[in-house]
Amino acid sequence: MSPFLFWPFALLTLIFGAAVVINRNPVASALSLVVSFLGLSALFMSLDAFFVGIIQVLVYAGAVMVLFLFIIMLLNLRAEVGRRINWLASAGGIAVAIALLVQIFLVIDRFQPAAKAFPLLSRSPIDDVRNIGALLFSNYNLPFQIVGVLVLVATIGVVLLSKRELR
Amino acid sequence: MITLGDYLIVSGILFSIGFAGVMLRRNLIVILMSLELMLNAANLSLVAFSRFRVDPSGLPNYNAQVFVFFVITVAAAEVAVGLAILVALFRARETTDVKDISRLKF
Amino acid sequence: MNSIVPWLILLAPLLSAVVITLFTRRWKQLSSAISIAAVLVSFVCSCLVFARETTAANQFTWINIGGTLNVPLALTLDHLSRMMAVLVSGIGALIHIYSLGYMRDDEGKSRYFAALSLFMFAMLGIVLANNFVMLFMFWELVGFTSYVLIGHWFYRNAAADAAKKAFITTRIGDFGFMIGILTIWMATGSVIFSEIAPRISTLTSHSTFLTAAALLIFCGAVGKSAQFPLHVWLPDAMEGPTPISALIHAATMVAAGVYMLVRVAFIVQASQTALLVVAWVGTITAAMAGLIATQQDDIKRILAYSTISQLGYMMMAVGLASNDAAMFHLFTHAFFKALLFLGGGSVIVALHHEQNIWKMGGLSRKLPITFATFAVGALALIGCPPFSGFFSKDAILALAYEHNSAIFAIALFTAFLTAFYVVRMLVIVFVGKPRSEIAREGRESPPVMTVPLIVLALPATLGGFAFFARNFLPLPIEKEVASFVPVFAILALIFGAALAIALYRNRASDPIDVELLRHKFYFDELYSWLIRWTQELLARISAFVDRWIIDAAAVGGSSRGTWGIGALLRLIQVGNLQAYVFLFGLGVVAIIYFAVFR
Repeated sequence: MSPFLFWPFALLTLIFGAAVVINRNPVASALSLVVSFLGLSALFMSLDAFFVGIIQVLVYAGAVMVLFLFIIMLLNLRAEVGRRINWLASAGGIAVAIALLVQIFLVIDRFQPAAKAFPLLSRSPIDDVRNIGALLFSNYNLPFQIVGVLVLVATIGVVLLSKRELR
Repeated sequence: MITLGDYLIVSGILFSIGFAGVMLRRNLIVILMSLELMLNAANLSLVAFSRFRVDPSGLPNYNAQVFVFFVITVAAAEVAVGLAILVALFRARETTDVKDISRLKF
Repeated sequence: MNSIVPWLILLAPLLSAVVITLFTRRWKQLSSAISIAAVLVSFVCSCLVFARETTAANQFTWINIGGTLNVPLALTLDHLSRMMAVLVSGIGALIHIYSLGYMRDDEGKSRYFAALSLFMFAMLGIVLANNFVMLFMFWELVGFTSYVLIGHWFYRNAAADAAKKAFITTRIGDFGFMIGILTIWMATGSVIFSEIAPRISTLTSHSTFLTAAALLIFCGAVGKSAQFPLHVWLPDAMEGPTPISALIHAATMVAAGVYMLVRVAFIVQASQTALLVVAWVGTITAAMAGLIATQQDDIKRILAYSTISQLGYMMMAVGLASNDAAMFHLFTHAFFKALLFLGGGSVIVALHHEQNIWKMGGLSRKLPITFATFAVGALALIGCPPFSGFFSKDAILALAYEHNSAIFAIALFTAFLTAFYVVRMLVIVFVGKPRSEIAREGRESPPVMTVPLIVLALPATLGGFAFFARNFLPLPIEKEVASFVPVFAILALIFGAALAIALYRNRASDPIDVELLRHKFYFDELYSWLIRWTQELLARISAFVDRWIIDAAAVGGSSRGTWGIGALLRLIQVGNLQAYVFLFGLGVVAIIYFAVFR
């Protein structure tokens, strides 16, 4: 991975990720999140994880965010009018987030393998759909089936929850 | 040269941003979106480790990527249900502000 | 056989007290008979012991802790204790008989005789004890029985208060006494008198220590013998029946203080400072009591202050390092003071319990035997030759002249005062015209009361002469230098008597009125103020502790603290989603910190 690819996409992800949190308009937040996901997908690609990268775009950016936008439009959510900001709570929250961040940095710092570069692959990773699929259907078959059931249940649940009155 | 550590740092920062968003924003939709950010940060971390560990066969260890697959699936299901609940809540309370939905007195 | 008789002296009254208390409370005549029998047994045994000059009796070990503390139950039988035993049991026997008459119609006669027997037991115990611990035990018991007897008519507030006052005041002295005993034990390793005496001489280098120990032990004597400043209980103790005043507060218990100091003279005389203190306390007491007595109107109170004054003389003698003089005066004083009190009791009973001298008068014609014996006692008290008091008081005055001029001067002045107030009393009560209806109707008391008076008048008259007293105790040696002291004494006596006769003859009321003396130098007021002040201080401190430390800090603090922490913890669960997330994050940060960085 060339640094010229990594850093721009990493910064893209991070900046638009921050924009999600900072923006007052929910639509703007959602769209920032989409861009952030695209950046992430690029990062996945840079890690030779092609399948996961595509899935990220298809499912997350394509389906999940669309859903978000539907809901925002459905509920006609406007930009938040500024209510009184509780500075104490905000300060506390930011402090905890920063503490967490600092701890993560320190842990990564100690983690020796983190300083190593990625090892080279002797085979081409282009065929990863097949490889992942083979793994999924052999070792992880049971979880796979269960996740299927899970999605079914989620669908039914959503239908149920959206009814106007439960009869 | 990009090392594993760089990816992990990016993942960490993304996670913190998402966490801060959950703590500080009052709009429920934005909270849910921040939650997605956190999940994605975890995904990035997993994929980075997957690429870092190379099997004897010469390919990255795909176990982590299978894990990522599951995470994405479950996250999608969770978002769907979460938004459905949000809609129901909105219909009942006419607000998405997380402070207004609390009825607990103290 | 020889070794049981001394124990009988003690055990007879004890047995009597136990039997009366447990079994014969209802039958008053029987109780009094038992008590009198017991004291006569005691007297007979004392005489036996005295005559045979027994020096040893059976000894029992009571406490023995590895040699560090050895407290035997043993009797000390030297010349001093034999003489005292005879004195105490003899006068006690006379007073038992007198009480038959005085307490004839009393409701609590059984109770009275039981307490009287117990008192005899305790007093004889003090006399015969051979170690400090035993002495202290009997000391306290004597105080207790005194309390019971003073408060015999307990339904009278004055009597109950007086009993309490007596007990508490002597207790204060006893506290010092106890510390003194502990100090001596710590220093010499023993509490037995015969063992302490030789060991004291090895400690003469530690003079302050010895002085302190001696003074602490003296505290006990100050309390029990009503010396200044613990003299306040004795006048009030006159609320008790008159025989009790005679026995306890004239002849025996109050003398216990003097006896004790003589017994442990080797401790007191080891320190010159202590001796000086004792002498001066005695002198001040004698003078002060004499002054107060000149202005009192209750016949028993006059006699009470007179007792305090004479005890002061005895202490003076102890302080001037002459045990013989002190014991001689104790000996003669026991007789004539008991005589005076019993005579006073006879007067009181004849006048239906009237005690104010200004309501009496001319009783010499109505109560001849009482008057005669009372006069004997009075003359002995003022030191008129040839009565016993002259010899013993003269011995003390000579001693004072020899050692310390200031004390001699004050002692002489007190002799003058003694003559003054005693003759005052005599003149007002017995001479002249009766001052009230009751006095006009007075009649002589029955023989059961007058015979003891006559019996006591004999030693009061003869007791001073050497041929009589020599049999009982060693007489103080007369020095040539002091041979003209008796002249001074007689002059003071004549002067005092003449002044009293001149002032008080044919008077209806007291011509002199000195507030300070009438109110006993305001000691009672001072003490009650002191007690009230201390109590208020303690109460304020307790209130402060209770209100601020216990209520506010401990109780309030813990309740408010709990409430505060509860209020603080309550914020965790307010239903605020983001607060929950915040705490969640805080927890995660903490866990990572403890897991990774510790």
